Amino acid sequence: MGSTMTTHPSHDELGHVMPKRVLISVWAALVILTVITVAVTEVDLGRFNIWLALIIAIVKGSLVGLYFMHLRYDSPLYALILMIALAFVVMFIVGTITDTAAFQESLETPRGWRISS
Amino acid sequence: MSDRVETDPVAASHDKPYAAVGDAHAHEPHLAHHFATPRQQYESAKLGMWIFLATEVLMFGGLFVAYAVYRANHPEIFIYAHRYLDKTLGGINTLILICSSLTMAWAVRAAQLNQHRTLIACLVLTLVGALGFLGIKYVEYKHKWEEGLRPGMYYDPVHRDVAAVDRFETRETAAVTGTGPPVPITAPPEDPEATRIKPAPAGPPGLALSALTPGAASIAPEHRDEPDNVRVFFSVYFLMTGLHGIHVIVGMGLITWILLRAMKREFSNRYFAPVDLVGLYWHLVDLIWIFLFPLLYLIH
Repeated sequence: MGSTMTTHPSHDELGHVMPKRVLISVWAALVILTVITVAVTEVDLGRFNIWLALIIAIVKGSLVGLYFMHLRYDSPLYALILMIALAFVVMFIVGTITDTAAFQESLETPRGWRISS
Repeated sequence: MSDRVETDPVAASHDKPYAAVGDAHAHEPHLAHHFATPRQQYESAKLGMWIFLATEVLMFGGLFVAYAVYRANHPEIFIYAHRYLDKTLGGINTLILICSSLTMAWAVRAAQLNQHRTLIACLVLTLVGALGFLGIKYVEYKHKWEEGLRPGMYYDPVHRDVAAVDRFETRETAAVTGTGPPVPITAPPEDPEATRIKPAPAGPPGLALSALTPGAASIAPEHRDEPDNVRVFFSVYFLMTGLHGIHVIVGMGLITWILLRAMKREFSNRYFAPVDLVGLYWHLVDLIWIFLFPLLYLIH
């Protein structure tokens, strides 16, 4: 057929049609993960709370991207574009945090508050 | 190349180069002359949309960087101020957007399957969800405005005591760790560098863990101390949720446009790209909120 796409719909289809049960399963997973995210804030994990919340957010975001936004069934080019944008955001954050981390000693201790070292 | 007999001229033309397509697609009303096939047109449009979404990711990424840097440098501000936010309302908003993403994805599916009534119903439901989201945001913003919790130089809290603002937080008891008041310093020592004696009864030095101590909740409200520059938290909050809210409003406009076109039966299995692309935009709006919610509302 000469198709280079990972999934090639039939000739009458312009694009892949999402099955109902996939849509509903993804939605249910997103709802459950949201409930978990909120519930987990009641548990104290110290510094790791934010990372856990971010990891769950990344899982939710991946579900939205892969299924609701069709990335799993479309040409990989779209996913590549998104990944590149995200890579630049990550570089932006890492670079800026690294820079600001070098200046921590010169930050003033907030009035009246103690920060554990 | 292929020795199969293809009787459908439209289908047969999909494997041929541009010059050989000829009039096979001449009957397609939505095919622009500079595209060879409807699929090429559709995929080109989608590519353009994804590039736009990449720019949106970068724009919000800049705000997330601001959040990350400021929170890394001044965690006390975020730990103090986040309790002004109601995480129940935020959680409901998250669920609303997730449901609206479902209805939007379903609308795309309906357009692809020529299910006109389902398409219209799903678009309407998506709009209802968006309105609900904005309604809750309005309630939150109004409450903050009235309490003087405004961004930047307009920050002028009516109550210095967070407990008086806790009208929204009645569900959270003092015994729940992490959402209680920060441990105040009853009287900051004259020279913080000279003394190593912890102030009683507040005790523990750490910030994130300090609210765990059983005695924390019994500290009298008037002893609570507010860190400097809490105003910056609200600048970050209003900027990020405000920009996101503007995107929701724009999304509502786009969905309304698509809805009107759907009501005129403009979409079919041969032409549904506008629904798909508006759907992609709406999913991005949902995606951004999925990250905003824990970072702003669920600070421990």
